[in-house]
Amino acid sequence: MSLGSSLPSYETQTEWLRGTGAESDVVMSSRVRVARNLAGFPFVARASHAERQRVLEACRARILAAGTREPLVWVNLHECAQAERTLLVERHLISKQHAKGKPQPEKAGIPKAATRTVDDPRGVAIAVPGERVSIMVNEEDHLRMQVIRGGLALADAWNEIDQIDDGLESGLEYAFSPRFGYVTACPTNVGTGVRMSVMLHLPGLKLTGEIEKVKRAATDMNLAVRGFYGEGSDAAGDFYQISNQTTLGKAESVILHELQNEIIPRVIEYERAARRMLATKRRASLEDQAFRALGVLTHARLLATDEAMQTLSHLRLGVVMGIIPGIEVTTVNHLMLLVQPAHLQRVLNTEMDQDQRRAARATLVRSRLAIRQSM
Amino acid sequence: MKCDHCENEATVHEVTRKSGVTIEKHLCEKCAASGGVSIEPTSPLAEALQFALNNPPVIAMSVSGSPAAVPEKMTACPSCGLSFSEFKATGHLGCPNCYRVFEAQIGPLIERAHEGATHHVGKVPKRLLGGAMVESEEAQSVLGDLEERNQRRIALRKQLEDAVRGEQYELAAKLRDQIAKLSEMGILPPDRPGLAAQG
Repeated sequence: MSLGSSLPSYETQTEWLRGTGAESDVVMSSRVRVARNLAGFPFVARASHAERQRVLEACRARILAAGTREPLVWVNLHECAQAERTLLVERHLISKQHAKGKPQPEKAGIPKAATRTVDDPRGVAIAVPGERVSIMVNEEDHLRMQVIRGGLALADAWNEIDQIDDGLESGLEYAFSPRFGYVTACPTNVGTGVRMSVMLHLPGLKLTGEIEKVKRAATDMNLAVRGFYGEGSDAAGDFYQISNQTTLGKAESVILHELQNEIIPRVIEYERAARRMLATKRRASLEDQAFRALGVLTHARLLATDEAMQTLSHLRLGVVMGIIPGIEVTTVNHLMLLVQPAHLQRVLNTEMDQDQRRAARATLVRSRLAIRQSM
Repeated sequence: MKCDHCENEATVHEVTRKSGVTIEKHLCEKCAASGGVSIEPTSPLAEALQFALNNPPVIAMSVSGSPAAVPEKMTACPSCGLSFSEFKATGHLGCPNCYRVFEAQIGPLIERAHEGATHHVGKVPKRLLGGAMVESEEAQSVLGDLEERNQRRIALRKQLEDAVRGEQYELAAKLRDQIAKLSEMGILPPDRPGLAAQG
């Protein structure tokens, strides 16, 4: 199945990339994810191919019938090319695990290595063109729905997903335990099944060397700190995702309140304080870093993804602090997506190996920044 | 920002949340090193769960503090066939029924993984709400018996008291709303004056 025209990839209209929204100088996006399982079926890892297929069909039917504010596109990931799946991962619409799939539970005589994961029946529904909503079916749980908004907007994201959850639930029977709440494959998600996370841009704290302290403080508060692409990713581009870990024993409104009103505002303030300090006490080195980044991005002939992300992060800081004129933060945000391997190849409509990508990436970045920059 | 204990610039910031109370410490490196603040990172959640799996507590205690009789340990779930040792290896359960079958073993692990929480106090599937529905047999099987509902109320009341004690009035208001909402829906039993938070 080709995504083709359903998912515009070049002039993307992904809402949260616009760089608008509350506290968007520090907060890139807010995401709320809800995990649910259907009653009467094993969890995904334990379900047979036939059971997964039935869950997929039941969920797909209900998702498309219930609908969301924007039209939904349905994708059967097991019928998708690898490049298409990677595209979705880069856009934060599915997880890496969902792109890869899972083996079937071991059956007698079949070694695990021989089972194909890519055929695993699974899918995702995506709201287009804003890409604010994505609902995965047969990832770690039967249903994993998420809403992403730009800036600090957890309350809005929660309200939207709460409604979507109600809409699905009215046509499906959720597995629910009197004591443990909504049951999930992994007990770390049980109860509300809700994970709220905020993606923060923290180059200031990185420069002042305080980022480790923030990470430790977050861990002490039972919060998870992850990189740009979530679990198992590194903090590329100085982006950090902070999310709750506790999902049981707290009401959803309390999880929301703690994150949105208490914890995140503190981290935002620490970052702003770091930036203010840098602007006054280390202005020259701050400007140097921003303009060097601009120099590399507008002149380099070869650019690897990691270097692109790091320099774009420095550029973003320069733009947001008013040091680099003539470039909008939206441009920088979009570039952070377009430099990713699958997006790059889609934009230029060719498959490329790593060396070719380095050259093509540099060309793309130069051309996009040349248009935006006022000389 | 100045250090809490001396005139130096504070470079170590510690914000601790325990049981709804937030404590902030701001120290310079020297004061932090001389015993104000721990700088050892704590284990991430999954590691804590793994540790708990390998070191199960000896006695199962119910919330009120009296030791409960430890039910006979199930070795495999009759619905999906998952064995407890498989769960220990992967950290994943097999089906919704596993939560019932292995409740005695996983209850303490879950408590440890979720800051001591024992009961779900949040959203409930809508099909179980609304007047008479709540008292139906189906609802009972999902929302739990009176004991379960009492535990939910105790947990929420404790969070509310902690919030008020910690002067977190916005949080307290949210908790009061949650208690009121769940009571109205019949998910919590009616409030009895003698029902104080325990533990």
